[in-house]
Amino acid sequence: MALNLTVNGKAYSVDVEPETPLLWVIRDSIGLTGTKFGCGIAKCGACTVHIDGAAAKSCNTAASAAVGKAITTIEGLSADSKHPVQVAWTEIDVPQCGYCQSGQIMAAAALLSKNKRPTDADIDAEMSDNVCRCGTYQRIRQAIHRASELA
Amino acid sequence: MTHLDITRRNFIVSTAAAGGGMMLGFYLPSAAQAANIANNPWERPTAKDGQEINAWLVIDPDGTVTVRVAQSEMGEGIFTSLPMIVAEELQADWKAIKAEYADANRHIKNNNVYQRMSTGGSGAVRLSRVYLQQAGASARERLKEAAAKDWGVTRADVAAKDSVLTSGTKRGTYAEFATKAAQITLDKEPAIKIPDQYTFMGTSVARLDTPLKVNGTATFGIDVRLPGMVYAAVMAHPIPGGDAGTRAQRTLKSFDFNAIKARPGVIGAYELKPQGDTTSGVQPGVAVVADTWYRAKTALGLMPIQWEMGPDVAINSNGLFDRMRKALTEPGAAVSRKDGDAEGAIAKAAKKIEGVYESPYVAHACMEPMNCTVAITNDRVDVYGGFQNPPGALSVVADNLGVQPNNVYTHTTFLGGGFGRRSRNDEVRQAAAVAKLAGKPVKMVWTREEDFRQGTHRPMAVTKFQAGIGADGMPTGLWIRSVQHSITAHSRPEAVVNGLDNGAIEGFRTNVYNIPNQYVDMHIRNSHIPVHFYRSVAVSQNIFQIESFIDEMAQAGGKDPMQYRIDLTKDLPDYQLVLKTLKEKSGWTTNLPKGTGMGIGLSVAFGTVVAQAATVSVTRRGALTVEKIVCALDCGHLVNPSIAEAQVQSSIVMGLGDATIHEITVDKGQVVQGNFDTFPIIRMNQMPIIETHFALTGGDKWGGMGEPALPPTAAAVANAIFYATGKRVRSMPFSHTDLSWS
Ligand code: FES
Ligand code: FES
Repeated sequence: MALNLTVNGKAYSVDVEPETPLLWVIRDSIGLTGTKFGCGIAKCGACTVHIDGAAAKSCNTAASAAVGKAITTIEGLSADSKHPVQVAWTEIDVPQCGYCQSGQIMAAAALLSKNKRPTDADIDAEMSDNVCRCGTYQRIRQAIHRASELA
Repeated sequence: MTHLDITRRNFIVSTAAAGGGMMLGFYLPSAAQAANIANNPWERPTAKDGQEINAWLVIDPDGTVTVRVAQSEMGEGIFTSLPMIVAEELQADWKAIKAEYADANRHIKNNNVYQRMSTGGSGAVRLSRVYLQQAGASARERLKEAAAKDWGVTRADVAAKDSVLTSGTKRGTYAEFATKAAQITLDKEPAIKIPDQYTFMGTSVARLDTPLKVNGTATFGIDVRLPGMVYAAVMAHPIPGGDAGTRAQRTLKSFDFNAIKARPGVIGAYELKPQGDTTSGVQPGVAVVADTWYRAKTALGLMPIQWEMGPDVAINSNGLFDRMRKALTEPGAAVSRKDGDAEGAIAKAAKKIEGVYESPYVAHACMEPMNCTVAITNDRVDVYGGFQNPPGALSVVADNLGVQPNNVYTHTTFLGGGFGRRSRNDEVRQAAAVAKLAGKPVKMVWTREEDFRQGTHRPMAVTKFQAGIGADGMPTGLWIRSVQHSITAHSRPEAVVNGLDNGAIEGFRTNVYNIPNQYVDMHIRNSHIPVHFYRSVAVSQNIFQIESFIDEMAQAGGKDPMQYRIDLTKDLPDYQLVLKTLKEKSGWTTNLPKGTGMGIGLSVAFGTVVAQAATVSVTRRGALTVEKIVCALDCGHLVNPSIAEAQVQSSIVMGLGDATIHEITVDKGQVVQGNFDTFPIIRMNQMPIIETHFALTGGDKWGGMGEPALPPTAAAVANAIFYATGKRVRSMPFSHTDLSWS
């Protein structure tokens, strides 16, 4: 069945079962592989994208539920890696293996879009769905504070 | 903020806690500039018209220098630190440096030209620095020689700096002389710089791979896409590992492809026949191939599959621990260390204490589930994935497919975590088998559940300690018997002689404390569960055990645990520097109000001495918060302090997970944990503040950085819990112990 999705401002028509998780449509059907698969059960945040501006886990969002909404992936966060979160991440050299980082950056960008000056407690509350096995959390925290200054 | 204290001949480089962070020097690469590493890191980031000077570097007409990196990037920063080593000697302009992976096929055809391509043992800098410096120095001298010939001067008259050669009024770039330099053979290789001469190594240069990791363009194994590619989901036998005998009895009985074949996109289902050894070979199993991975995985989940379970189905974690506990009193233990007469000294001591410590299996749980992509054609096989050991991957594919290794080409991607797991190549062998059966290029991806169930885990261990304490409170003897699941007994049985696997008891055998009588022996009690190198390997569990018991000894002798360790290492200058730095920087005290405590852990791994002080608080009802961990360490020298600091933080977070929440258990022969709901990972809201102090003794010491900061964490936290609650935690993970107090 064909579903019409809008990803990073572009329209796509994809032929998938409607219950297919958005994650796999983005990665395999559309070919945007910046969004990652970590767990498939909404427990790691590697698949975080924005749906109508809010952070969402694409592994447990059915593609059909995203029809008619604005989906943004890491590739669409900025054209030139100049989103304040990306700039702060680069300044502080947050990523290690990097696998979780698309999800972390999307979650951080969503946090800052609704809370311009998050406290450490706000960061704990909003960022604890995103797992990083490399343990980059201390730099993530620094980078969120830095991004909030840059924004 | 970073500050540098110069204390006598030692350097203390400290990085602040939550507030500051390390300042990065030099320029920051940005995605707007041409990438320093290609998205597909096995490819050259520039046009391929450069001049190769030697196997390690290529100079382009525009002056770009591409450095070949023969280790794998799994977060530890080798794509930056190793080119820094080459650039230091080459006197190249860092802004012109790019990097690509060295080619494993060339390595095997060309007499192991890249020397060491397997990444592990915290060895990227430690073990390849000298020859990388040599490669850079050699290229620099050949460039100078080429210019000297042209200008009619001697090589000594030519200076090289920032990719420019000068002599008097003559001036030329590296690019101009690259072709001529490539023809030059030096009569003698130049000497390499000693650390005092470094001008670039030791600075916090920004990572070259960061730009690709903030915009989603870094290619991981799971992201590889080939023309005509199909996708495979696999399920191996739910009971993993075993020996040849038990594997023969656990088989795939049947699967019903008809039940799923009409599903959308499904192409085929194939039986995977056992091949290779029992723990890194292909396990009996099934692969479903479809036009997308989600369709393959969904169909596999719906397909009826019957397994013959075999005898290992009777095995569970309680039984495995009981067998290890029982072995503590069984005869025939293999003796590893005997200094003096520990038993006699303990028997005569004023006071005698003992304790039994336990650690479970633990999964690597890399964020990127295991995967591999294989394309087979008539004359070559191409293999794509996150390989910690690319020549190993190449050879298992050649073996599986019965092709010449020379015709196998590996393409190493970025690794979404490794920690030892991606050096096993079991998934590579399996993917080759699937690609052959499917007759098409295949990307095989494991579900997270498969990733846990086919994990190759950190071994479990049970250890008994006994110590004698003299009237002065100091130890008179230490006796250790450890029962271990031996990795070596699986992977290189010939290396285990008379039941002794010294690797498994590192941390006990290698204990440096000045205790007059010491004895260490061991039993091996293996199970069918596959085990493999985990970050820091055996010391990841053994240091928790021995460093907790050392605290028990200090306590029994009425000693301060920090001073006790300082006193027992007084002839070891690096330990003295590390411990004294930690004591000062942590504001060490055992005098905190009940419910809060500080504890210490000390370890050496891969040449790096690390001590940590943890501060914890525990509520009366037993809820644990790790507030802060201060780390002091001596790795001798630093190539890139910012990357080194990140490795310290990373290791501590993993060690904290091991200490408090990580555990793989076995039931009915199978791994119980299947995802992050049952195998939780430390999250942002569980993070302590981490403070890192490099206390460097310099000299000839070059210790590893990727792993050594993991082992002390669990001990430091356990010891802090004791001071907070009076409760001694003797098994990992601590979440099983009731920490309530009143
Ligand atoms: S893959 Fe979606 S939360 Fe883990
Ligand atoms: S950077 Fe490796 S999992 Fe986060």
